[in-house]
This record gives sequence, C-alpha cells and structure tokens, in this order.
Amino acid sequence: MAQTNPKPWGETTVVGKPIPRVDAYERLSGAAIYPLDVLLPDMLHAATLRCPHAHALVKKVDLTKALQMPGVRAVLSDADREARLPWYSGPGGKPVSRLFDPHCRHEGEEVAVVAAESPQQAWDAVRAIQVEYEKLPFVTNMEDALKPGAPAVQEGGNRAATPSVYTRGDVAKGFAEGDVVLEETYRTSCEIHTTMEVHGSVAQWDGDRLTVWDTSQGPFPVQSSLASLLNMPLSKVRVISHYMGGGFGSKLGLSRYTVIAALLARKTARPVKLFLTREETFLCVGNRPAHSMTLKAGVKKDGTLTALQLTGTGEVGAYPGGSSVGGQIRELYKCPNVRVEETSVLVNAGQSRPMRAPGFPQCSWALEQMMDALAEKIGMDPVDLRVRNYTSVNQAQKDIPYTSAGLRECLTEGAKTFGWKEARARPKGTGSVVRGVGVAGGMWGSAGGPPATAIVSLFADGSALLNMGAADIGTGTKTVMAMVVAEELGIPLDRIRIEWADTGTTQYTGASGGSKTVPSDSPAVRAAALEVKSKVLEMAAQQLKVPVEGLTLKNGEIFTPGGSQKVAIADLASLRGQRSVVGVGTRAPNPTDKVARPFAAHFAEVEVNKRTGEVRVLRMVAAQDSGRVLNLLTYRNQVIGGLTMGIGFAMTEQRVMDPQTGKMANANWHDYKIPTAKDIPADLVVVPVDLHDTEWNITGTKGIGEPATIPAAAAIANAFYNATGVRIRSAPITPSSVISSLAQGKTQR
Amino acid sequence: MGKPTVEEQSRSALSRRRFFNSVAVGATEAAILTAPGRAGAQLAPPAPADAESVGIVLNVNGRTHSLRVEPRWTLLQVLRERLGLTGTKPGCERGECGACTVLIDGVARYSCLTLAVEAAGAQITTLEGLMRGEELGPVQQAFAEEDAFQCGYCTPGQIMNAEGLLRKTPAPTLEQIREGMSGNLCRCGTYAHIFRAVERASQLRKAGR
Repeated sequence: MAQTNPKPWGETTVVGKPIPRVDAYERLSGAAIYPLDVLLPDMLHAATLRCPHAHALVKKVDLTKALQMPGVRAVLSDADREARLPWYSGPGGKPVSRLFDPHCRHEGEEVAVVAAESPQQAWDAVRAIQVEYEKLPFVTNMEDALKPGAPAVQEGGNRAATPSVYTRGDVAKGFAEGDVVLEETYRTSCEIHTTMEVHGSVAQWDGDRLTVWDTSQGPFPVQSSLASLLNMPLSKVRVISHYMGGGFGSKLGLSRYTVIAALLARKTARPVKLFLTREETFLCVGNRPAHSMTLKAGVKKDGTLTALQLTGTGEVGAYPGGSSVGGQIRELYKCPNVRVEETSVLVNAGQSRPMRAPGFPQCSWALEQMMDALAEKIGMDPVDLRVRNYTSVNQAQKDIPYTSAGLRECLTEGAKTFGWKEARARPKGTGSVVRGVGVAGGMWGSAGGPPATAIVSLFADGSALLNMGAADIGTGTKTVMAMVVAEELGIPLDRIRIEWADTGTTQYTGASGGSKTVPSDSPAVRAAALEVKSKVLEMAAQQLKVPVEGLTLKNGEIFTPGGSQKVAIADLASLRGQRSVVGVGTRAPNPTDKVARPFAAHFAEVEVNKRTGEVRVLRMVAAQDSGRVLNLLTYRNQVIGGLTMGIGFAMTEQRVMDPQTGKMANANWHDYKIPTAKDIPADLVVVPVDLHDTEWNITGTKGIGEPATIPAAAAIANAFYNATGVRIRSAPITPSSVISSLAQGKTQR
Repeated sequence: MGKPTVEEQSRSALSRRRFFNSVAVGATEAAILTAPGRAGAQLAPPAPADAESVGIVLNVNGRTHSLRVEPRWTLLQVLRERLGLTGTKPGCERGECGACTVLIDGVARYSCLTLAVEAAGAQITTLEGLMRGEELGPVQQAFAEEDAFQCGYCTPGQIMNAEGLLRKTPAPTLEQIREGMSGNLCRCGTYAHIFRAVERASQLRKAGR
C-alpha cells in the first residue's frame, strides 16, 4: 500500500508549471469526438414535441399522421407503458410527474418524441403530431406566485418547502450594538447555462447491455440514476463522457433526454441520438434561479460587524430545485449575530439546476454591495472593512478552524496588483463618461472529498497509463492529473496515456462539479502514483542489493543515496518480467477537526456613459486562494472564464418571461446575451495566492472553478456605484436600468 | 522538407479523423475505413428523398465530393453527417454563435446559415483542413500555447474565424481582434486568452510556420 500520509510536495518539477493541455491536439484538430459528433451505423435521430404552453393538461395525443411520415421508426409518449417512469419530485420529495406527464407545468415539458432515419424526418413528424391541450392559468414570477389566489403550480401551493432558518447569536442585540444599521433589497435575474454543446445523448443496446454517450459532467452519477430508473445492474449500464461542450452545473446528473433515448433505442432495436435544439436548452435543462434578497446589517464605527440578517426568496421553477444563497452570510465575515431565512417559490417555468457556484454569486451581489455601503457610512476603505472582519474559523460549524483561509491575502495582494488606493483616488471624470473601481470578497462552500479512486499502471518501458473516472469538462482535469503522475514517477507527460470518464472502463468518482475535481481526484491520483513508486523502489532495491530507504526516483531512473548507483525503470529485471506495475489510489477522508474553503477577492474598473447608460468593464483583477496551483496556465484560464461569466451575470444575462403567454421571450442567443469578445476586457489579471493547504489533502488543493466567478458581478456593481454615486441593486445592470437609476438618484439628492 | 499540399494535408487529416470517429463508436464501423479518398461518402445517412434531391459538387479541404443533397440541408449538416467532418460544430443553427464557422473561398462564414447547394463549387476549408499532416497548423498551435480554450466545443469555429481574420489582416491590433472575433461565442469565457492566441498566431504565420 502507498503511504497514507505522504509528505507534501516541496519544490516541484512539473506540478505548478504553466503547461499546455495534454489533450490540446484532440480538441484543436477536430479529433475529439463530442457526444453530438457520435455517428453510429444504423443510428436513428430523435426529436421532441414539447408543450408550447406555460401550464396545460394534455387531453389527447394523435400520432396517426406522424407514424405514416417517411422515415419514422418509433414514437414514444405517455401512452406507452414503458415510458411511464417517475420523473420530477414535488415538495417533500414525493414523485409528482412522469417522463411524458400529461400535466405540463411549464413551456417545454416533453409530450412525445419521434425516432426517424434523419433529423429532418424526425422534426417533420413531430410537427405532424396533433395534441389537444387544456390550457391552465399560470404564474411566472415569484411575487405573483405568493399572492393569495395565485394559480397553483403544484398541489399545496407555490412554496417549494417550508422556509429554512439559520440563526446564531441574537440579531436584535447585534443591530442595537451597531453604530450604523442598513437594510436593502437586492435582486438577481434568472441566468441560463447555455453550454456551447446542446444537451443530449446517444443510446445503444447490445442485448441487455446499454451504452450511452452523454454530454455530461459526471458519467457515474448518470449511470447510477439510469440503472436505478430502468431497474438494471450498474454493470450493464455504460456511460461515456469523454468530451463535452460545457456544463456549468446543467449536466451534473441524469436528464430526461437520456432516459428517452435509451427507451427509444430499446423500442427500435437501433442506436438513437436525441439532442435538444438551442431553443429547447433555454427552457428545460436548468437555470440559476432569480433571487430576491433583503439584507440587514449592523456595523460599529471601527468596522466590526455586529449583525447580518438575510431574508431570501428563490424562484426555482415548476419543480423544487436548489436555491439556497446563505452560505457566505453565515461564513465569510466574522459576525456573532446572524439570521438567514430562505424560501423557494414555484412558478410555471423550467426547474433550476446548480449553476457555477449555486447561490454564491447571488449572495455576493447582496452581501458585497452591503459591505461597500457600510464602509462608506463609517468612512472606511472597502478593502479595509473586509480585512477587518476576516476570520480563520468556520462560524457555521462551531468555529472549527479552516485548514487555510487566504481571504486576507486575496484582498491585500489583489489590491496591490490592482493599484486600489491610487485608482480610488483618481478623479472619476466630470463629463458624461465617468469611471469607478470596486472590490468584492468571496468564498465557495466546499473543497472536495471522497469517494474517488484512480489507478496508475507503469509499463516495462517506463511509460504509464492513468485510469480515472473524472470527466474533463474543459477545466484541464486530464492535464493536471497527468502532471501529478509525472511529478511522482519522474516520467515525461507525453509518455502518459489517460483513460477517463467511462463507467465501463474507469474508476468511480463523482461528477466534475462543485469545484471538487482537483481536490477530490488529484489526491487519489497521487496516492496511486505513490504506490507504483514504492513498488518500483522496492524492485530497484532488490536489483541493486541496497536498502529501499533513501532511494530516489528521478527522470525515469532510481538512484542510491549520494548517487553512486543507479538503474533505469526500463532496466528493472522484475518489471521486465511482470511487464507492468499497478498502483491503486483512493481519496482519503477529509480531516474532521478542520474544514477547507476556497477564497477570492475581485477588483473591477468600469466606465459609465451617463447619457447612453452603457457600462464597460475596463479591467479586472482576481486574487484567488484555492490552495496549491497544479497548473498555472489552466488555473488562469479558469479564473478569466469565471470573471467573464461574472460579467455576463452583472451586465446582460436575464431570462425574460412574457407575462401574456407565460413563455420565455428570449430563448436564443440573440436575445439572451452572453458576453462576447467585445464585452470582455483583455486586461484580466489573475493573482494566485498559492497557499498550499497541506492539511486538507495530499496535493494541497481546494478547487478553483466556482470561486473564480463568485464575487465578480458584485465587484462590478460596486465599481458602478463608485463611478456614479448611485446604487443599482438589481442584476443585470442594463443601459435602461442605468438611465432610470441615474434619473432617480438625481431626484433623490 | 517541402510543405505538404493542401490535398495531402486534407487526406491525412480526414483519414485520421475518420479513424477517431470509428474508435469512438465501436467496432462495426471499421468497415468504412477504406482508402482515405473514398471513406467520406460511405457514411451517408440519410439518403435524400429522390424527388427532392439535387446533385452538387463540394470542394472541401482540397478534395472534391460529388453528392446528392436535399435543398434544405445546410453546409454544416452535410460536412458533419455526409462527409464525417465533425470538427465543425453546431451551436445554435441560426447564426448566433459561430461554432460552425468555416472558410468559404477564404472568408469566414457560418456553415449553419449556408445551404449546401449554395456552397457548391466554392473552396471550403474546415478545421481539419488547417492541419499539416499530424501537426497542428499555426492558429491551432497558438491556441494550444496560450490555452485559448476550455471545453473546446466553440474552438473549431474560433480557430476558423481567426484564420479568416489573419488572412485578411495578417497583423491585427487588439481592437481589430476583439471586433473580428466578436461573432464567435465562448461560454467557458476564454476570450482574454483567445486575444493572445490570435496575436501569437499572427507571429507564427509571419515566421512561416
């Protein structure tokens, strides 16, 4: 067995370096096969008929015409017994809906699906299906949904659950102690993931074995849910997710299209490809729910926070989905008196799914604007106020210490790189175009953990195979894991092959989400490599007839202490005999007496045109504490990606529901604006606060994907205030909201 | 060593691409791994409805393909489903994202908004056509060096658009790059690295890579 507690890396030769991706060739040459690229012999193409109404009952589905269309091979609807599988759960977790449930609670719910020889024929047939709907009253925003007499999205009212309440200390006492107490309501809009590759699957049966190519962040969670739903053993369900075109949380688990593709493939005894259109992905594969957050905060003149109270409401769609935003209120800043009350509200719209740091950018939008307002009231620099309330313990978990907590370093080092003091002192401009700067702190709520298993095989020639289940969703997972193997075994990266993200051939791990892949899987990979290393050193000791203690492995050779004797891996007689040596690594449990969190501080400079309402983000600095950096190049990429997504959240992205029809009015990329090259400054600077978290796991890592986006939008909002003296409390900051806020601000003063 | 001709490049690129496709999808498709020059047309699902089909000639990456298509088929669909050139990606199929960008007579165009019949007779270049045998071409190489992608799904379109931009403007300024690349969405948000990659690609091209 490998050592359970190997020493942390000291100076490294591979780990931490800015190394281009090991799969750059596949992704840049066109060789990478994404699920949407899979072309199987004899494959059918499926298309879905979706409810066009916000809320309706399907009274009758007439398939006669569709079944006679050219190329049509099968149709599936609720009339098929095998398709009557439970799908969504309602409040309390009891099943409330089936795969093709006649009660459609939002636009875009599945009514029927067609498999045909070509995609065009499948769509022709979908258009030929005749459906009778009984339209029902609907509600599409949380304010209306909570009014008495509002149309019920589900039986029992529109609250998805009883409100959750967290308290510590006494907020009333805390507010009484504050020299300044402020209360404000902040809103964020519903954001859609809009991954570049649309959602979908290809399913193929061989007898009782099912293979699915799924555009997924987690082949193993998809496998287990699918096996359970179809009542099959795990060993008979193989899910492959080698390449995928973006997930951001919307591809973490099993989706309806995957089940439907599997059912159609069984029905037709042919492989079936079922992918959504771009428009469909806006309606029914998840979103970041809109939030309303009322935050009350007290602070003393010296900057000590005395109380925080958040009342939050999340608009989760037609079925309960996650909507908690309280994490940073409870944990980020030192505060003895805290109360968080949260409610989820059902509306006739697509269900929310986790989206890059679910809840945290919303919370940041409220908390970090509030921190700014408090700082101004007490005449303190916003960076100083945040540093003043730094804590090294987790207040929501009985004050157990963090293994590492770099928020202070993020704030101070970020401010230095940004030139914070100088930038704040600069004149903002006197004409219609003004500039301002803002800061926001942030944290993410987890840092990975078990289970994860990885296998490293070293071959007789000194090349290696890494076998791991993790999907590389574009974060560079394969690259950093290969670097860990290269570091331990002293072999070049180009001699390592990787098998990954296939439940049929690789080892179990969870989905690539929650910023957990590096801190969960890299320790398992290191443990596997260390086991190989210890076996190789043992072989060398026998061959050289020396004690194993003190032997070192470097550049494919084993050296005795002092270097008097050496032997190359390829010259080890016993390895040549057995041809390969295998190490199995598992992720050890997290410590129980401490906890880890990644931290961040973002800085932004914006330019506001007060006449047109246009806001440009001129530059940003992101200082991140995510533990040890494994690859500086892919790490930077994650951070600029997080900033870019934050700019979209702050400036342009919002689902617009048509109040007349209850349908989404902007279900396309023309009307739902994600950032383009023209919206993003080239000047995005990443400051890695490279604190090695040696107590959390054996690679010292905490995860970067989500903390890289959390405070970005709030930093922009604070920069807007700094430029204009007017607060915009609703995201996104659009030209029209700027114009009306500036006009209001003027009349108030 | 002389540069491979466009035709040589595309042959080797196409044959390799087809190989990966087959590996990905299982054993039975190995039958189509015949001579590289003939492999493409054999994928062929779906056969067009006879009454509506039109015979066209497509010049893709220096190779000529005679095939029958339905008039409504887009160039994107034909490249992917008939010729097996899946490097070109669908993103929205309505001209909003640029993932499907190819060069038509040297100009970057959305293949989802181009009917196959419209592209007949023109010189079409896809991502596969930028390869130099098994080596990445200069724009691809620059994207690797600057880590100008994450999931890689929009990347073929980004690279083709960058190629088109650099053919027109060999040494673009940052503002020209931002403007020129603004028709290609990247949800992973790698634009800042893409800007650097285009600058780097400009250098590599100038150095004769």
